[in-house]
Amino acid sequence: MPFLCLFMQFMLLFSRQGKLRLQKWYVPLSDKEKKKITRELVQTVLARKPKMCSFLEWRDLKIVYKRYASLYFCCAIEDQDNELITLEIIHRYVELLDKYFGSVCELDIIFNFEKAYFILDEFLLGGEAQETSKKNVLKAIEQADLLQEVRYVIKPPWEQ
Amino acid sequence: MPAVSKGDGMRGLAVFISDIRNCKSKEAEIKRINKELANIRSKFKGDKALDGYSKKKYVCKLLFIFLLGHDIDFGHMEAVNLLSSNKYTEKQIGYLFISVLVNSNSDLIRLINNGIKNDLASRNPTFMNLALHCIANVGSREMAEAFASEIPRVLVAGDTMDSVKQSAALCLLRLNRTSPDLVPMGEWTTRVVHLLNDQHLGVVTAATSLITTLAQKNPDDFKTSVSLAVARLSRIVTSASIDLQDYTYYFVAAPWLSVKLLRLLQCYPPPEDAALRSRLTECLETILNKAQEPPKSKKVQHSNAKNAVLFEAIALIIHHDSEPTLLVRACNQLGQFLQHRETNLRYLALESMCTLASSEFSHEAVKTHMETVINALKTERDVSVRQRAVDLLYAMCDRSNAKQIVAEMLSYLETADYSIREEIVLKVAILAEKYAVDYTWYVDTILNLIRIAGDYVSEEVWYRVIQIVINRDDVQGYAAKTVFEALQAPACHENLVKVGGYILGEFGNLIAGDSRSSPLVQFNLLHSKFHLCSVPTRALLLSAYIKFINLFPEVKATIQDVLRSDSQLRNADVELQQRAVEYLRLSCIASTDILATVLEEMPPFPERESSILAKLKKKKGPGKLPDMDDSRRSVNGSTEHSENTDTTNKSSTHSFTDVLNLNPAPSSGANLLIDVFSESSAPAAATDVSEENFPRFVCKNNGVIYENQLLQIGLKSEYRQNLGRMYVFYGNKTSTQFLSFSSSVSSSDALKSQLNVHSKAVDPVIEGGAQMQQILNIECVSDFSDAPVLNIQFRYGGALQNIAVKLPVMLNKFFQPTEMMSQDFFQRWKQLGAPQQEVQKIFKAKHPMDTEVAKAKILGFGVALLDGVDPNPANFVGAGVVHTKTTQVGCLLRLEPNMQAQMYRLTLRTSRDSVSQRLCELLSEQF
Repeated sequence: MPFLCLFMQFMLLFSRQGKLRLQKWYVPLSDKEKKKITRELVQTVLARKPKMCSFLEWRDLKIVYKRYASLYFCCAIEDQDNELITLEIIHRYVELLDKYFGSVCELDIIFNFEKAYFILDEFLLGGEAQETSKKNVLKAIEQADLLQEVRYVIKPPWEQ
Repeated sequence: MPAVSKGDGMRGLAVFISDIRNCKSKEAEIKRINKELANIRSKFKGDKALDGYSKKKYVCKLLFIFLLGHDIDFGHMEAVNLLSSNKYTEKQIGYLFISVLVNSNSDLIRLINNGIKNDLASRNPTFMNLALHCIANVGSREMAEAFASEIPRVLVAGDTMDSVKQSAALCLLRLNRTSPDLVPMGEWTTRVVHLLNDQHLGVVTAATSLITTLAQKNPDDFKTSVSLAVARLSRIVTSASIDLQDYTYYFVAAPWLSVKLLRLLQCYPPPEDAALRSRLTECLETILNKAQEPPKSKKVQHSNAKNAVLFEAIALIIHHDSEPTLLVRACNQLGQFLQHRETNLRYLALESMCTLASSEFSHEAVKTHMETVINALKTERDVSVRQRAVDLLYAMCDRSNAKQIVAEMLSYLETADYSIREEIVLKVAILAEKYAVDYTWYVDTILNLIRIAGDYVSEEVWYRVIQIVINRDDVQGYAAKTVFEALQAPACHENLVKVGGYILGEFGNLIAGDSRSSPLVQFNLLHSKFHLCSVPTRALLLSAYIKFINLFPEVKATIQDVLRSDSQLRNADVELQQRAVEYLRLSCIASTDILATVLEEMPPFPERESSILAKLKKKKGPGKLPDMDDSRRSVNGSTEHSENTDTTNKSSTHSFTDVLNLNPAPSSGANLLIDVFSESSAPAAATDVSEENFPRFVCKNNGVIYENQLLQIGLKSEYRQNLGRMYVFYGNKTSTQFLSFSSSVSSSDALKSQLNVHSKAVDPVIEGGAQMQQILNIECVSDFSDAPVLNIQFRYGGALQNIAVKLPVMLNKFFQPTEMMSQDFFQRWKQLGAPQQEVQKIFKAKHPMDTEVAKAKILGFGVALLDGVDPNPANFVGAGVVHTKTTQVGCLLRLEPNMQAQMYRLTLRTSRDSVSQRLCELLSEQF
């Protein structure tokens, strides 16, 4: 049943140039639909001016977005869902990335995209907050990292 | 956090990514990717077995390529292989690949499920979590089939780690969303509800989401969650901000959990238990109080988190709609936000207030903020905020402020963004009509609309103004004068020419006495616009001209000259040419009398729902029109019609009532007959009620309801809105007279207040072989589920016969079908999402599953069958409104056949649980 309770439908991270950096879909959609939605949404959000409000109605959904440096974080929620708490979901995710990568930048997410996905999965599952404690999420990720001999967070080759 | 440790990471991946980033063109990128794909393919196909690390690296590269937007058609097998690696990071990449690139290949699914199964059984919490995340991310039916029964066990087991519990809860939630039929909660329910008491707030957070989803489906099963949720919420809102340690977010105690708990409570009506209720009220008051406290931090995160909880609390207050003080406090709080410097808060306050405006308790309080909202309309820089302001003005409009609000909307329209103009036009048109006390104001308003935003005035709007002018003779003279004046403008919108042409053609005579608007002046004025107009407008003007010939014989010659001109008679457009030819001919040959008859003033239009309203509903969905049908939500969201019901309903109801001679007092005639002739004291009680044929009448109105060797009873019924009339035919199958024949209708005590059935007295004798008719008048007062009983008594050859038949008067008979578009349907569907509003039944087909038969049954049930709404064409979707005297209940239904299983799933959503319940019972028996 597509229209039961309220949850996040998807989350997209894209750059000011419109490049998609991370996509997480909590509803089953075809690749074609995903691409179409992404294209439309990136255009819409990029066209908005800085001081505008962080929410907009889009199709029958509500888009909650916020820009952090060169990256836009953008969540689609249902019409009646809570916009402000979604805004803080975005912020908490940014904090998690920041803490993990140590002052995160777009490049970290490009080169360690799989880590960005792992952190997101620890934080949000099925479009719902799973663990909102920053400490606990990072603990889970660190534990996983310890299972490997060497931490493998990598910087682009020219920074090595 | 230790940042970067250099080392063997996946260096090849990093090099590849930077290569891609260095590509100067799309072509170069594609070239580089193709090279890489070829490389990976050869590695995968090569003779040398790849080690885990290489496999991981290549799979990760494929994933990267896919995420760039390219298709990937291989590598799935290698990813699945990674699942069985005992190195965590290899496993992790394998799972990530599978989560992102779900493949429906069934062999692979089996292998994937196998990997998941092993990890779930591993007792290693990190592995278990990976497996659960994968299930939650993919959520496919196959996975549900494989794991839906296993996961609840993991969730409630005593020795499960907290983090695994959290993943298990949300995993189950996802499976319940995609395959609810496969997630049997039954035996786990109590233990799942008790997770709300868990020590670990992360577990509570995840469990609350799960319980909310489950409670929406089966509110009764999860009723106990209400008291636990209130207790938990109360502990959070009264805790000091440091108590919850890391669950405190910028000095706000567990904001996510609070929001979720408040959402869970919105699945239920206000608690009946007084202590619980007052505890909840205290929580809500505390949350409202906190909004007034000085902020503990200047950071926006602090205020966002605090207000997120506040807005959810307000949503719950509005949902309960039962505490006037809380509603008014909520309204005042939102009023403060209306002037907040944060755009986000202003936006949300405007939005939230829209719902408050439709509660009878807070409507007045909302109105006090009108000036601020009007100001927002003028000063907000973000169009989406202005849009909210328009919506709110519309929602708070009533008779007392209509003139001001309409004036403000009109002046805003002059500068409004193109994207929202049409909607504003529709709203203005509706408000002007709805709250018009004097119709001159209405006419002025609509003409202003056309002047300011003529391009956005749709046909519905100008049709409507003409309908109203024609139906109200007190405004006709004024309308004629006003359009005449408006047409003087050198450039006027074509829509004005249309309205002007129509109105002057009908009522130009009312202003013809004034020499400044003599017939000839009127005609010249209209005709001066003719050449600038499109074909349909010209056609309309030609009709206005022929009407002029009838109204004003003195301009006949002038008009005939115009009609006779080549540009008319030989017009390339066939419609114009035909009108010119016919009108000219008509004016030449018809006598004045005939002309007067043919061209008589238009008769009044039948009153009907404003087509503009229908259009706005279509545009915005009914959800955006909280106040439209003048129904203010009363307790728990049911809608009650106030005295302002659509004039249509009113007039037609009345005339119908009159025809039926509905008598509110119980008819004495029938009772008298029983008294006189009755020999057994309680005829109905003594007999078994026949209800064998009852179900056959759910989807039809005519047929035989009862038959034995002596008597046949046939029915013919018709229903309109909340009234019905039933013709009962008693056929004597014997050749002997029935004597002392009497028949009356009885109802249970509950039913008596819900349904009035008035039966006319019948002749006490039915001749052998003859048929007698009895009329029953029926009025539905409120929704009901019982059925009245027809008690018949007569003497046949000395023996007294008693028959009782359950009369097929069911709730669905009072349906009026409602057509709606897909978008409206889903919006409405979502609004009716509270758990009590939905009733669902899954049942085996009793008859062959035939699409056409099913369609006919749904139509017969009384709703409109909506095509193209459900994405799955095999499903049926319908909508209708149940009319009762006290209220109207909108109803949406969905029937999903499953041919393979020979099952149906029927879902009904209405604003009233008793209605959903009853309709579901009735309809589910039909298939």
